[in-house]
Amino acid sequence: MRTIHERTITDEVKKLALDANCDLGTSFIDLLREKIKSEKSEIGKNVLEQIVENDEIARLEKAPMCQDTGLVVCFIELGYDVHIEGDLYEAVNQGVREAYDEGFFRKSIVRHPLDRVNTNDNTPAITHVKLVPGDQIKITLAPKGGGSENMSLVKMLTPAEGIEGIKKLVLHTIFYAGGKPCPPLIVGIGIGGNLEKSALIAKEAILRDLDEENPDPILRKLEAEILDEINKLGVGPMGFGGTTTALAVKISVHPCHIASLPVAINLQCHASRHKTGVI
Amino acid sequence: MHIKTPIYEDTIKRMKAGDIVYISGTIYTGRDQAHKKMVEALNNNQPLPFDFSGQVIYYVGPTPAKSGQPIGSCGPTSSYRMDPFAKPLMEKGLKVMIGKGDRSDEFIKEMIAQKAVYLQAVGGAGALLSKKVLKSEVIAYEALGPEAIHKLEVKDFPVIVTYDIYGGNLVKDEVNKYKTIEL
Repeated sequence: MRTIHERTITDEVKKLALDANCDLGTSFIDLLREKIKSEKSEIGKNVLEQIVENDEIARLEKAPMCQDTGLVVCFIELGYDVHIEGDLYEAVNQGVREAYDEGFFRKSIVRHPLDRVNTNDNTPAITHVKLVPGDQIKITLAPKGGGSENMSLVKMLTPAEGIEGIKKLVLHTIFYAGGKPCPPLIVGIGIGGNLEKSALIAKEAILRDLDEENPDPILRKLEAEILDEINKLGVGPMGFGGTTTALAVKISVHPCHIASLPVAINLQCHASRHKTGVI
Repeated sequence: MHIKTPIYEDTIKRMKAGDIVYISGTIYTGRDQAHKKMVEALNNNQPLPFDFSGQVIYYVGPTPAKSGQPIGSCGPTSSYRMDPFAKPLMEKGLKVMIGKGDRSDEFIKEMIAQKAVYLQAVGGAGALLSKKVLKSEVIAYEALGPEAIHKLEVKDFPVIVTYDIYGGNLVKDEVNKYKTIEL
C-alpha cells in the first residue's frame, strides 16, 4: 500500500491545468500547419493561419489559447494499492482553483444550472475515477469548452439502423453545427454501452493520441471512412467553408443490450486541450 | 477594408458577405447574461448601459487580464444564443454584431430589416485577438465577472462579414462551394 497525500494530487492537477490551457504541443500545431497547405478555400487557409498564429502566441507567452478555458474534466486511474490521505475530489478541485487563479483563466462554472451564479473559481471539476491495478495515480485533465460541448449529443438508435445510421447521425450533427463547435474538430464517437456509458467513452475517445491507431481493424476503417465523409461536408475551418472540417475521428465501443444501439458524439474544438501526468 | 466605429448606414452599405474587415475604435462586449439584463431593462423602461446608436457589440467573455495587459484572451462566443435578444437592441441603433457561428433565419430577416450586419471573428483565436485590444474597462454589470459589459478600444480587429444587408450569407455560399457529399 502506497500513501499519497491530497496535496500531491492538487499539485499535479494544477500543473496539468496550467499547461493544458496554454500549450497544445508542437505536434498538434504542426498538424494544423500542414492543413493550411491542403485546405482548398482561401478563407479557410486564412482561418487556419490565424489559429496557428494564435496557438504559437499562447504557447510562447503562456497565455490561454482560448478565452473559454472550459469546464475541467478529470479522468483518474487510481491504483488499488494507493491509500489517499485526504479527499480525492477536493484535491482535484483545489488544483483547479489554484490553476485558474494563477493562470488568469476564465471562471466559467455556475453553481446551479437555473440560478446561473458563477462559483468564481471554476470548480467543481467533473472527476471520473476508474480503479486499476498498481500503486500509481494517472491523471488526464481536459478543460472542455462550451461551444463544442453544446453541439455534442447522445442518440439511442435501433440496432437495424447500424453503421449507416451512425454515419448519418454524425454527418448531420457536424453539418448543422457548422462553425459553432469551432472546427477543425476531433470527433469522438461512443457506440454501445447505455445512455451514460456511450457519452463517457465518446469523451475518452477525444482524449486519445491522434497518432494512436485504433487496434480494432473494423473501427479503424470506419474512422477513416467517416473522417473522409466529414471533410466532404464543406463546413471548413470555423464553418467558413472548406475541406478541413475534422482532423480526426476516434471511435470507442462497448457491449450493449440486444434492443439498443446507443451512439454518443462528443465534439472537440481545435483547441484540443488535454494533458496526462502520473503520480 | 478598414473601418472606424461608430458605424452608420454608409459603411454598412459597403460591407458584403466574405469581405475581410479590420475594425478600429470603441466596441462593447456582451454575452448571455448581459443581453438578458439589457432586454429586461428595456422591458421595464429603464436606460441601457450605453447609447447603442451606431455601435458594435462583440459576443465575448474574456479571461482576466495579466498585470500590464489591457485584457486576457478574448475570442468570440457562439452568437445563436443572443438571437432572442438582438431585435430590441437593433431597434435602439445597434449596427454591428461580432461573434461566431450561424444564426437563425428570423435573426437574419430582422437584421436586414434594421440595416445591421453580422461579422465573425475566428473562434478559439483568443490569444491572437487580445493583441488587437488597446484598452478595456468594465462599464456595466460588474458582478457578472467575465460576462460584464466591457468597453474596448481596438485597433485593426480582424473579422469577416458573414451576413450583409443584401441577403449575402458567407456560410451558405462558401460551404456549398466545397460540399461534395449528399446528406
